[in-house]
Amino acid sequence: MTADVDTTRPSFGDFVAAAQRNGHLVVQPRMGFGDLERMRAGLVATRAADAVSVGTLTLDSYTRTGDHEAARRALADGVKLNGYPIVARPDHETVELLDGVRDVAFPVQVRHGSSRPQDIFRTLTRLGLEATEGGPVSYCLPYSRTPLREAVDNWVESTELFAGSGADGRRPHLESFGGCMLGQLCPPSLLVAISLLEGVFFRQHGIRSVSLSYAQQIHPAQDEEAVLALRRLAVEYLPDTQWHIVFYAYMGVYPRSPRGAALLMEQAARTAVRAGAARVIVKTEAEAHRIPTVEENVRALEVSARAAETAGPPVTEAGESGVLAEARALVEAVLDIDPDIGRALPRAFERGRLDLPFCLHPDNRGQARSYIGDDGYLRWLSTGNMPIPVPVDSAVPSRLTADALLTMLHHVEQRYDRAT
Amino acid sequence: MFRGGVTGFRPKSIVSSTVSDSHTWNLIFMQLLLEEMGHEVVNIGACVPEELLADACLEHRPDLVVVSSVNGHGFNDALGLIRHLRAVPGLERIPLVVGGKLGVDGVRDVGFTRRLLNEGFDAVFAEHELGGFREFVSARGLRAVS
Ligand code: B12
Repeated sequence: MTADVDTTRPSFGDFVAAAQRNGHLVVQPRMGFGDLERMRAGLVATRAADAVSVGTLTLDSYTRTGDHEAARRALADGVKLNGYPIVARPDHETVELLDGVRDVAFPVQVRHGSSRPQDIFRTLTRLGLEATEGGPVSYCLPYSRTPLREAVDNWVESTELFAGSGADGRRPHLESFGGCMLGQLCPPSLLVAISLLEGVFFRQHGIRSVSLSYAQQIHPAQDEEAVLALRRLAVEYLPDTQWHIVFYAYMGVYPRSPRGAALLMEQAARTAVRAGAARVIVKTEAEAHRIPTVEENVRALEVSARAAETAGPPVTEAGESGVLAEARALVEAVLDIDPDIGRALPRAFERGRLDLPFCLHPDNRGQARSYIGDDGYLRWLSTGNMPIPVPVDSAVPSRLTADALLTMLHHVEQRYDRAT
Repeated sequence: MFRGGVTGFRPKSIVSSTVSDSHTWNLIFMQLLLEEMGHEVVNIGACVPEELLADACLEHRPDLVVVSSVNGHGFNDALGLIRHLRAVPGLERIPLVVGGKLGVDGVRDVGFTRRLLNEGFDAVFAEHELGGFREFVSARGLRAVS
């Protein structure tokens, strides 16, 4: 099933907007294989799924880290890759891969995770691919040891190259990964702030169609509040930009049982619709174990699409645990440093105005910590130098043990695996 | 290498990812686990080039190097890593183990495991083999004695 769009060239932003107008949640896999035939089968099956779907090429870790030689060697030696090596493969192979699958009714997005993405962006623009993902912070801190300043420069160069590749106002499309960061245990306000700031960064470098992300955390009500906060800030900070919200199904340690995984995905789709997200990126029942098959991906797309249909009416008012106020304080603290987001971000991290809990990257201060409250909300334990006061009723910081860390990391997994 | 019984001995270990792997929760976990076994831990972090790990080993002279990878390239990356490290003068015998989710299929690749051992790893652990890892550390006398 596809949504109708009236352009002659694929426009990711228009496709999603049309689907949202028609009341359909767009569903998308995180799919990527090294093998060409499998990748092709995956795209064909995604398109044929009983859902309004868009396609994905998720790139492998060698391509992400810029080691295209290692990717080429792996292909030659038959070593299985964890994604599609778009730079290492000759262009004509990718053209053939997409031929007859990708069109206006089935846009395809490239997802990578690179802090040095110039090669990837050059390849995308050569191939005429109009949608990808990333950000100077969100593709640096969780994905590399590249100094943040360098990552920002790389992303300025790449974003501007991409913006020049088809600047008609609705193409090309860039999504911020800021709503995920390390996948788990980051309080929502910081995710909202980073996602918003990266969206504005893209706009400052010429992109006029963006998506802002937010990843499902541990409490549906807190997630609804976060998405509403993100939408509110987007209205204020991205006035002349086409934008939508993309919701990620849980990005942390996943339930091990197929039933637990399905329940968690269904919750993601329902929260996404209720909170006004236009697109959801699914996970699969194989998430906890290995790279999912094509069939597992299709199943996940359809499970999510069905759950979205029964989500109920959108919420207009969420609870008030302070996500919007905190996110706004973080955004303003960064803009106070410099209205040029690219210049402001490295300094913000240096000064600890932004500080990501549990992040090992050398440019992250590491004074902030989070914990899971008795009410099941993700909360701040300490906020370092961020402009966020730690609530007086917050838990008392204690030495983190291996067991305590595992308990937090497995909180969602346990809840959903036990519900089955 | 037997160190048990020497009072005050505090083993030092390095925790490291591989060159292509950016996952870090596994590294934080392994660091805490080793610290709770009495180790002083140097955590090198994500995406570690082979040269950087070699330099860190020469600088810190650890009693144990724990390589952890979950992105599915672990077998392949660890092979390059062990060949590189074993060829560095001074690192021919430094105790090196690797573990995590090493392939993309969710199963132990027996052939690859054998190659890693042949090339010089002291042990290769699947993701659920934390018990085996603890035993390995104890058997090598690498538990702090107070
Ligand atoms: C969080 C997460 C991320 C975060 C990581 C952020 C960060 N900086 O850490 C983000 C979203 C950024 C991410 C990115 C990617 N991820 Co990821 N990620 C996960 C996820 C959901 C949870 C991992 C986690 O936090 N685990 C918690 C820790 C404590 O557990 P652990 O890592 O499993 O480690 C345990 C054991 O493995 C073992 N262990 C680990 N190391 C060692 C070492 C020794 C010696 C021993 C004895 C034991 C041991 O002990 C630990 C405690 O039990 C897993 C899936 C899942 N498990 O649910 C996927 C997963 C690990 N990711 C995966 C992949 C492929 C990627 C990407 C390449 C993207 C892609 N193609 O899909 C990129 C990485 C890019 C790169 N350059 O490597 C795959 C790996 C596939 C495989 N091995 O078959 C998984 C399994 C998901 C999947 N099914 O596809 N990911």
